[in-house]
Amino acid sequence: MLEHAPQENLFTYLPWLFISLMLLAYLRAAIGQIHQGRQWSRWRILSFISGCLLLYVGLTPSLQPMAHHDIRLHMVQHLLIGMFAPLALVLAAPVTLAVRSLPTSTSRFIMQVMGSKPVRLISHPLSALLLNIGGMYVLYLTPLYATTLSNPYMHHLLHLHFLLAGYLFCWSIAGPDPAPHRPAMRVRLIVLFLSMATHAYLSKLMYAYEWPKNTPHPTEQIQAAAQLMYYGGDVAEILLAIAFFAAWFRFSQSQVKKHKKRWFSISKPFAYLFSKN
Amino acid sequence: MQTNHDQAIIQPRRSFWTTFLIGVGIMAAVDEIVFHQLLSWHHFYDQATPAISLMSDGLLHAAELIALVAGFFMLADLRHRHAFSVKYAQAGFFLGLGCFQVFDGLVDHKVLRLHQIRYGVDLLPYDLVWNLVGFILILIGVGLLSRARKFTAIKATDQNH
Repeated sequence: MLEHAPQENLFTYLPWLFISLMLLAYLRAAIGQIHQGRQWSRWRILSFISGCLLLYVGLTPSLQPMAHHDIRLHMVQHLLIGMFAPLALVLAAPVTLAVRSLPTSTSRFIMQVMGSKPVRLISHPLSALLLNIGGMYVLYLTPLYATTLSNPYMHHLLHLHFLLAGYLFCWSIAGPDPAPHRPAMRVRLIVLFLSMATHAYLSKLMYAYEWPKNTPHPTEQIQAAAQLMYYGGDVAEILLAIAFFAAWFRFSQSQVKKHKKRWFSISKPFAYLFSKN
Repeated sequence: MQTNHDQAIIQPRRSFWTTFLIGVGIMAAVDEIVFHQLLSWHHFYDQATPAISLMSDGLLHAAELIALVAGFFMLADLRHRHAFSVKYAQAGFFLGLGCFQVFDGLVDHKVLRLHQIRYGVDLLPYDLVWNLVGFILILIGVGLLSRARKFTAIKATDQNH
């Protein structure tokens, strides 16, 4: 490590710097809300802090060179950065907090961006699924993974993709943040189901056919990584499913209070998501 | 203030399907935890499974996880609404258990040949016991369902008199 130039050292700590800035901004805004006497859930703050902690661990600079030699470590990073941290960050509702804290003109701009065509297209659960799980198929079933081992920029780009695609997917399925054009619950449930199935399928394919190919990793290591991906992915997807159904449950219960005995179907869209924020 | 209890409408059909989902999810989880993990009679991947069967395996796995999570949330929702029918729920639970057991025993093991119950042994007694247990669970479920139906019928005639 001593032969590294100082520039390179700075570069390796860049992810940690970004996480710290993100965390500081969120905490400042949340404390600002509470000081103004407006409610901001402690659970959301806790959720954001845990998301950042997961990112800190996943993006530890000294972990990078080790992950190049051991695909199991790479897989742990993948789970933390791409599946667990995004869910925790999404549940913290950062966009809602930003809209509430920033000046009205900026908030209006954010809402316009959220409602714009490109965001609508990219935040549809199906496109989010394609970017997230589809991206994993491309990574592990093509020579792309081998490329990331030799190119440090590709490596950082890959982690950024994990985080953004994971965030996008969790938000499109179960995010509390405003999503003006979110499709009906039934559609999101089907996409969640597909994501669980395709993730499990990919990890079994990797185990059975020893993908990614042309890497220095021994077979046992790849198989152990595939099993980590299968079981770790399971836990993450169950948590996402719990977040999804918990949102439905809250909606359903609020309907009981409102309409007393009227029954609401599980396939009803989350009307409250459009109105509340 | 009136409580929800006074106006509650029991939802037998929904109670039945809620616990049916839970039954399917629990039997699938028992299969995975007991036979795959604890006994390791069958494995993560068994060298004979073709890639296309792995896809159906993935779909099945996703379905059982969602069934479990959805089932428990729907159960909580029904209880909160005081709309839960215990008798129909019992029937649904046993039918869920049994249907998954028989489906796993016939479709997964025999049609798709995803994996066998155990390797290096004579399979016939294992398959017989596996599916027989499934059929017994289904019979219990059917019995409970007809009992639940009779019970509601009696209640309905009582109210009419």
